[in-house]
Amino acid sequence: MTALGILLVLVLLLVVFGLLFRLQILTSIFSGSSARDFGMSNRVNAVLLILFMVIGGAAFAWSFGDNFNKMNPPIASVHGHATERMFWTTMIIIGIVFVLTQIALFVYSYKYQHKEGRRAYFFPHNNKIEIIWTVIPAIVMAGLVFAGWKEWTRITGPAPKDSVVLEVMGKQFNWLVRYPGADQKLGVVNYRMIDATNEFGFDLTDKSGLDDFVAGEIHVPKGHPVLLKIRSRDVLHAVYMPHFRVQMYAVPGMPTKFWFTPTKTTDEMRAQLGNPKFNYELACNQICGRGHFAMKLNIVVDEPDDYVAWYAQQKSFSEQNPDVLASFKQKEEKLVVKEAAAVATPATKASL
Amino acid sequence: MAANLPTQVQGGVGVTEPGISHEEHLHHDDHHHDQHWLFKYVFSTDHKVIAKQFLITGIFWAILGGTLSSLFRLQLGWPEATLEWLTPVFGKWIEAGKLSPDFYLALVTMHGTIMVFFVLTAGLSGTFSNFLIPLQIGARDMASGFMNMLSYWFFFVSGIIMFASMFIETGPAAAGWTIYPPLSALPQAIPGSGLGMTMWLVSMALFIVSQLLGGVNYITTIINLRTRGMSLSKMPLTIWSFFLTAILGLLSFPVLLSAALLLIFDRSFGTSFFLSDIYIAGQALNNTGGSPILFQHLFWFLGHPEVYIVIMPAMGMVSEILATNARKPIFGYRAMIGSLLGISLLSFVVWAHHMFVTGMNPFLGSVFMFLTLIIAVPSAVKTFNWLATLWRGNIRFTSAMLFSIGFVSLFISGGLTGIILGNAALDIQMHNTYFVVAHFHLVMGSSAFFGLFAGVYHWFPKMFGRMMDEKLGYIHFWLTFIGVYLVFMPMHYVGIAGFPRRYYAWTGFDSFSQFADLNKFISVAAILAFFAQFVFVFNFFYSIFRGRRATENPWRSTTLEWTTPVIPGHGNWPGEIPAVYRWPYDYSKPGAEDDFIPQNVPFSKTQSSNLPYESEME
Repeated sequence: MTALGILLVLVLLLVVFGLLFRLQILTSIFSGSSARDFGMSNRVNAVLLILFMVIGGAAFAWSFGDNFNKMNPPIASVHGHATERMFWTTMIIIGIVFVLTQIALFVYSYKYQHKEGRRAYFFPHNNKIEIIWTVIPAIVMAGLVFAGWKEWTRITGPAPKDSVVLEVMGKQFNWLVRYPGADQKLGVVNYRMIDATNEFGFDLTDKSGLDDFVAGEIHVPKGHPVLLKIRSRDVLHAVYMPHFRVQMYAVPGMPTKFWFTPTKTTDEMRAQLGNPKFNYELACNQICGRGHFAMKLNIVVDEPDDYVAWYAQQKSFSEQNPDVLASFKQKEEKLVVKEAAAVATPATKASL
Repeated sequence: MAANLPTQVQGGVGVTEPGISHEEHLHHDDHHHDQHWLFKYVFSTDHKVIAKQFLITGIFWAILGGTLSSLFRLQLGWPEATLEWLTPVFGKWIEAGKLSPDFYLALVTMHGTIMVFFVLTAGLSGTFSNFLIPLQIGARDMASGFMNMLSYWFFFVSGIIMFASMFIETGPAAAGWTIYPPLSALPQAIPGSGLGMTMWLVSMALFIVSQLLGGVNYITTIINLRTRGMSLSKMPLTIWSFFLTAILGLLSFPVLLSAALLLIFDRSFGTSFFLSDIYIAGQALNNTGGSPILFQHLFWFLGHPEVYIVIMPAMGMVSEILATNARKPIFGYRAMIGSLLGISLLSFVVWAHHMFVTGMNPFLGSVFMFLTLIIAVPSAVKTFNWLATLWRGNIRFTSAMLFSIGFVSLFISGGLTGIILGNAALDIQMHNTYFVVAHFHLVMGSSAFFGLFAGVYHWFPKMFGRMMDEKLGYIHFWLTFIGVYLVFMPMHYVGIAGFPRRYYAWTGFDSFSQFADLNKFISVAAILAFFAQFVFVFNFFYSIFRGRRATENPWRSTTLEWTTPVIPGHGNWPGEIPAVYRWPYDYSKPGAEDDFIPQNVPFSKTQSSNLPYESEME
């Protein structure tokens, strides 16, 4: 009933607006102002354009400044400082161009608004000016490309040999983490081995996988290069770690990687921000389904010593899941028996 | 000339024969071949009617696309609020008083698909390429009126299928408008990847057919049917932009079709083009060896030219409208054509800048970063030339002019942040954040919309023989212009802070806990800006029937469409097609009597204003 009432009011309002509109047209036709009005509305619009520039520009500058601290996630990686510098340098350059061109646009619009009796300046082209404003952007862009290219190749270059290695795997809808264990070698996995317990699809017939351990959150040491090996087991996901300026897709069937060096421990960052609850977070940044917005993983940056201690405490997957290990042993034995049988049979026949 | 003219016009009536007199022509029309309304308004082969069909269909889709965005902005602005009141409309998509996350993703996906393809591709270039190409180059109609009609009806059917997909039980496609597999390939992954995705793919396949039929027609018409004297260097910039847009579409849409077909194969026939090593819903799939990244290459090989397909017609129309209303020749006509050519060429070799962090070889990333940042140069040249066109002009602020100025402003604001995103090192952080959302909504979304509005206000008199109301036009412009900036400028802040796009809510993350107020603000602005569009819708439909009658050339413009009668009939010009003698931008030429000289006025009649070399010419 209320809805109907609201609807009725809205309809009536629209009718009133319609009538007012029609009335306005008729009066303007009878008074003849529809023909004369051109100069007036032209002036109004010209003034509005200038007002828009001044007020809009001021509002933008104020709100940008007001939000500046909120919009910068604190940086916690070595390359993050470099890209951040480049980001704001580029922002300043485009900011200057933004201000100059917008001012030109609105000021010209205002200044060269229609005046009776004036004629526009016939100025079809000028090769010199055009060459200048082709070459200058080209030079600026060349500089930006070069800087970007240098940084990009450094970031995506091979990880240092002594990097801490860990694997992050995306699935609908959470992240799984695996460390290589004492031997520093990630064991073989096979997506066909995945089940409710063996979420990574460990193939435990591979010995290097026996000491691999699974963790509920990422731990990495401060000041040490970290190599993330990234996988997905169902759809696309993306590892996004805004504080470390790290992002890489997780692609089913195509392992990817990203390396970075954390510069601040979680505790240091908590102290810096004055927020004892702060945590580094890993978010999924590629649409992956219903739970996309909730695919979160905490990242803990430890002092190197704490990291080593934490690492040593972890129990391997095979140790924690003896049944899985046993099932692989069984499979292996069966295989061995079968092979032995296959080899043995002809031999026995021959001996007969 | 006669051999090239379409014989289908009026079902073979001899209206297109040159030399036929005005009276005879009308005679034909009035007495013998009164067309059935079905063929006059519905299955018409007349380019002007088809253009209006595209326009009105586009308006329908735009309203729908805008409604969807208002819905998801409700969720983003007020994540805690109850939306129980929407249950009567959306039924099970409202879960416990909130939008279901699946439905949210479906809304985002359909908003993108509708706006990019149905509004800004079909609605924009379908409308104006159809309407303006024959009128501005001096042709009776398109090269093939029948193909042109098919182009619209393929689009229509494609739209019906897409529309229907929103009403099925599992919902429409919900994997984002980029429909990356495996999410889009596996119904287990998201309900929208069931029947909804199949319908999306079928609809897009038909849409592509429509685009190709249209594109072939535009190109053929421009190459073959130009009137006497209309050399390439005398074509209005609108025609240049439509021409290059059609070429881009013709070369890139088939690649999307191939991607769609391969995806259909993966979905329905057990192939593994894009699928590999997948364990989902408790089951390991048999697919191995496919690559999801391959799909992205195929998609963006269309997807990137697509953004230029969207923006270039707007650029062309804005150039035209700025020159007309500044009463000044467009500055650097040749540079404008050159930059359009440059953009067209480069648009084919920048696609992988959407894929810097997908795991693609970093060396490729370097190459695409280099190529991407080059494309900023022709874009900059265009902007400077528009500014120079305004300089020392004598500007009339018609609604179309205001929207054109708005276009330039938005194009600058959105374009500049492309320099950040095109830089691979910076894209690591910015990829898929709201910074990207802000960037492309300004530079291709809002700008192209502004181009579309400018075009409608400017050519409405030629379409319907009446004027749109200027005051309502001003109101529409100011509400929209302010609204768009209020929506998308703050979105940059949210993006710099790293907020990921396509998130149903950010409340789960400490990193994204700030800016709840700003998101509310953006939502309010977005919804208001959306409602402001109804001023336009009212003005548009009202003016068709009740607007003030237009004159033949209300803007005192130079191009050929304004030499036709107020409402051009079949064949556009009742008598002979006018010949063209000069470029389309002779505004305020020194020595000329008036402040414009139409293209069909020979130099011999304008001795007082001719430049030295022009006096020698016809």
